Amino acid sequence: MQLFELTIKQAQEGLRKKQFSATELTMACLGQIEKRNSKLNAFLTINSDEALKEAKIVDKLIAKNETLPPWAGIPIAVKDIICTKGIRTTAGSKILDNFIPPYDATVIKKLREQHAIILGKTNLDEFAMGASTENSAFGPTRNPWNITRVPGGSSGGSAAAVAANLCIYALGSDTGGSVRQPASFCGVTGLKPTYGRVSRYGLIAMTSSMDQIGPITKTAEDAGIVLSAISGWDKYDSTSAPENKNTQKPLTNIKIGVPKEYFIEGMGQEVKRAVREAIGNLESLGMQIVEISLPHTKYALPTYYIIVPSEISANLARYDGVRFGKKAKANDILQTYFETRQRFLGDEVKRRIMLGTYTLSAGYYEAYYLKASKVRAQIKKDFDKAFSKVDVIVTPTSPTTAFKIGEKQDPLSMYLADIFTVPANLAGICGISIPCGFSDGLPIGLQILGPQFGEEKILQVAHAYEQITEWHEKKPKIQ
Amino acid sequence: MKLSKPQVLHISNLARIKLSSSETTKFQNQLSSILDYVNQLNEVYTKDIEPISQITGLENVTREDVVVKEQSLTQEQTLANAPEKENGYFKVKSVF
Repeated sequence: MQLFELTIKQAQEGLRKKQFSATELTMACLGQIEKRNSKLNAFLTINSDEALKEAKIVDKLIAKNETLPPWAGIPIAVKDIICTKGIRTTAGSKILDNFIPPYDATVIKKLREQHAIILGKTNLDEFAMGASTENSAFGPTRNPWNITRVPGGSSGGSAAAVAANLCIYALGSDTGGSVRQPASFCGVTGLKPTYGRVSRYGLIAMTSSMDQIGPITKTAEDAGIVLSAISGWDKYDSTSAPENKNTQKPLTNIKIGVPKEYFIEGMGQEVKRAVREAIGNLESLGMQIVEISLPHTKYALPTYYIIVPSEISANLARYDGVRFGKKAKANDILQTYFETRQRFLGDEVKRRIMLGTYTLSAGYYEAYYLKASKVRAQIKKDFDKAFSKVDVIVTPTSPTTAFKIGEKQDPLSMYLADIFTVPANLAGICGISIPCGFSDGLPIGLQILGPQFGEEKILQVAHAYEQITEWHEKKPKIQ
Repeated sequence: MKLSKPQVLHISNLARIKLSSSETTKFQNQLSSILDYVNQLNEVYTKDIEPISQITGLENVTREDVVVKEQSLTQEQTLANAPEKENGYFKVKSVF
């Protein structure tokens, strides 16, 4: 096995047993990046000098037989929407093309304290707006399973990097499925934590009431390891939830809810088949399958596409060419705003800013944002009711496998790619996508949803599924 | 529901984004079809439902109104990414 093929767990063991050094592990990943990145465009910025410096520090600790913190020496890729001090952070946008954050996001601070090896920053849809990474101002990322296909989005770079073994694990962010859907398209594992579980301090804000940083890994166990390191109350994030002191006992007599609203017209037959087969696998483990209903499911996507652009219109007002980012030349201050935002923001970003400006404007707020917030409450209630009957809910992650680059020209058809993932963000609950099959050589993802702070439950079910299947071990052959 | 061109121009004005005339038409069509799609929320009965804005149930999270040195940037750090600066200030075209 090559070093870059290791999981976090295997890498941790190998370093402690001195089977290889942190430098060797880092160089193996950097070598893969050098070989593959020009074809895949997964990384926007590569941090090799700093990464090797940090690896050397870890090797010194190992030589002195010091206790290694859990993340030490393990190479990670970070979605370029998370601020890394001194390392260019673009949010996938021309407007931040030259932005170097003067501070670390809280999750990055935690990583650095443990001597994690930051390999570089990965590609994404601009400001995390999209489901394919085609909205990046720096070109799309290609799916390692088939380079004519999208890797999903918005964390496409991170998912592709993990699938192609360019890193041991990655961080992405998920507002409407942006960790789970690319994980599904790339045949890897992606976890969206409960809203408030992981600090948003230093995560470039898109939709403040839903954004969450989440791990993209090769196994469910690895996702759990990363979650324990990045989660926790943060005084710098006023939406961060207080520590959940209740350690979960492992579930017994697990009840799995299968919502009838998630098996719809127009979804891939192979996706349906693979997910049904996975549910069968879980049943063979003694889990009880319960048919449930989440009646407001069809309203989740329209609710999402009112709330999200509304919050975006407020969060992106800061890109005005004054304190940071690019600035266009103009004759007066007002024209500077108009020209800067016209020139340096992409189409999808402009679309959502304008949509949100409209839905929040005087005379329209009640009809749109307020109404959507009420439907959001109903969607949450659907999940609360369901979780009183079942432990977790299982659905497909996406109605299809990875589509072709350039295939979805109509914005609305792109929005529909997130139809199964957005409800979890609206309800603030947790969800994980794990590989469960293939269709024409393209990965299919199984989504497991859990109640707020129920990550241990979904990880337990995901891990149990991995013990009796091999989908998560499959890796693409890259020419 | 079809947005009119003056409406699109009004929105782009509020959003401080200058649109070319072809962009105005393009966004007029795209925004109109998205608004059509989201209007299905009118089917949902929400008369006595409380809107949800904070999904974790947190309220009034505050801290002392004092400067926290470890959270503050130096002037140099603050200006480091400024497109234009002078004498420790962000530089912009005149406001008046």
